Amino acid sequence: MTHDHDHDDHHEHGSELSEMQLRVRALETVLTEKGYIDPAALDLVIEAYETKIGPHTGASVVAKAWTDPAFRRALIEDATKAVQTLGLLNRVGDHLIAVENTPKLHNMIVCTLCSCYPWEVLGLPPVWYKSAPYRARSVNDPRGVLADFGVTLPADTQIRVWDSTAETRFIVLPMRPSGTDGWSEEKLATLVTRDSMIGTGLPKTPGEVA
Amino acid sequence: MDGIHDMGGMHGFGKVEPEPNEPVFHEKWEGRVFAMTRAISFTGIWPIDRSRSAQEKLPPDVYLSSSYYKRWELGLESNLAALGLASADEIAAGHALRPGTPLARKLGTSDVAGSLTRGSFARPASAPARFKPGDRVRAKNIHPATHTRLPRYARGRVGVIKAVRGCHVFPDTVAIGLGENPQWLYTVLFEGRELWGEATDPTLKVSIEAFEPYLEAA
Repeated sequence: MTHDHDHDDHHEHGSELSEMQLRVRALETVLTEKGYIDPAALDLVIEAYETKIGPHTGASVVAKAWTDPAFRRALIEDATKAVQTLGLLNRVGDHLIAVENTPKLHNMIVCTLCSCYPWEVLGLPPVWYKSAPYRARSVNDPRGVLADFGVTLPADTQIRVWDSTAETRFIVLPMRPSGTDGWSEEKLATLVTRDSMIGTGLPKTPGEVA
Repeated sequence: MDGIHDMGGMHGFGKVEPEPNEPVFHEKWEGRVFAMTRAISFTGIWPIDRSRSAQEKLPPDVYLSSSYYKRWELGLESNLAALGLASADEIAAGHALRPGTPLARKLGTSDVAGSLTRGSFARPASAPARFKPGDRVRAKNIHPATHTRLPRYARGRVGVIKAVRGCHVFPDTVAIGLGENPQWLYTVLFEGRELWGEATDPTLKVSIEAFEPYLEAA
């Protein structure tokens, strides 16, 4: 197609976005002028979630649990306390709960009412986690949801869905992949995907990171 | 409220669509809305359940057709207006038209690191927990028109207490200005077939986090 056409498409797309950009900018200006917010502090909040807070923290927790049985027990007992001992975060917020997958049990996390998610250890949730399809189907068709992620579990595996309807927050402790004997925590952490800690995925296999 | 936000078990929304290499924010304004909401939350002017409640009260068509962070923007605007902190005419003008109301505190650059930790919602209990792990309970068939965290799909269904999570701020009252009114919180586990009928996958179990006023002995 012509250059003009491409340009028009781009322009139209840009206008659509600017409606929200303008509205949000207007609100930020109003709140700043009224003395409620400091834009420089907003910059730091955004920077923290874009660069510091994310699933790498959860991956370190899982890798530690895979290599240290005492830590694993402590994590299942009280994840808030156990994660605190790793020193990955300034302070771990209350009521983090780790739920452990086994060969007979697969855990999956959802928030059907909004989008509650363990921000501290996984960062902000992906769009699909906040979407109507996931919130609607995960509680009555989790195997169908898993299929959307390309994951198939044995027919006799128990599926346990945790609906995050209060201020408790959940993280899945997935099973350690085979073929990883002797791996360091750092190397194991590279196998731990975000989705494996939500329960919509499985950890990578050694072959996938080779 | 029995709103569109209470989506558990609804049909017709289609497939879940994961996005490879998804950015934290897709547009710059999403980050600004997110951070503004955090900053206003830091002032202590309203509890998180009031933010949830404002989004739940959006008209269903608006809720469904708005992206996640657009809902945050709309919810934030709604609560600011309801409390007289900022009005629609000011947002339309893009400038404050009236002086601000003094707030308890303001998120400054030096507060940000400390503000990233989740707040605690646990509170001292005023009475012993009514249920213990193993107890059979029925989620009450209640339909409050205001904010609640008891999903529709669990109402009237029988489950088992799996864990007692302590005594927590009660969303149903704190969201509408009736105080924290702390209540015992439980993990209640339901068989998939109890929730969805006999045709359901027999390997499915679903738990909710339920406050004591949502439950009765079964």
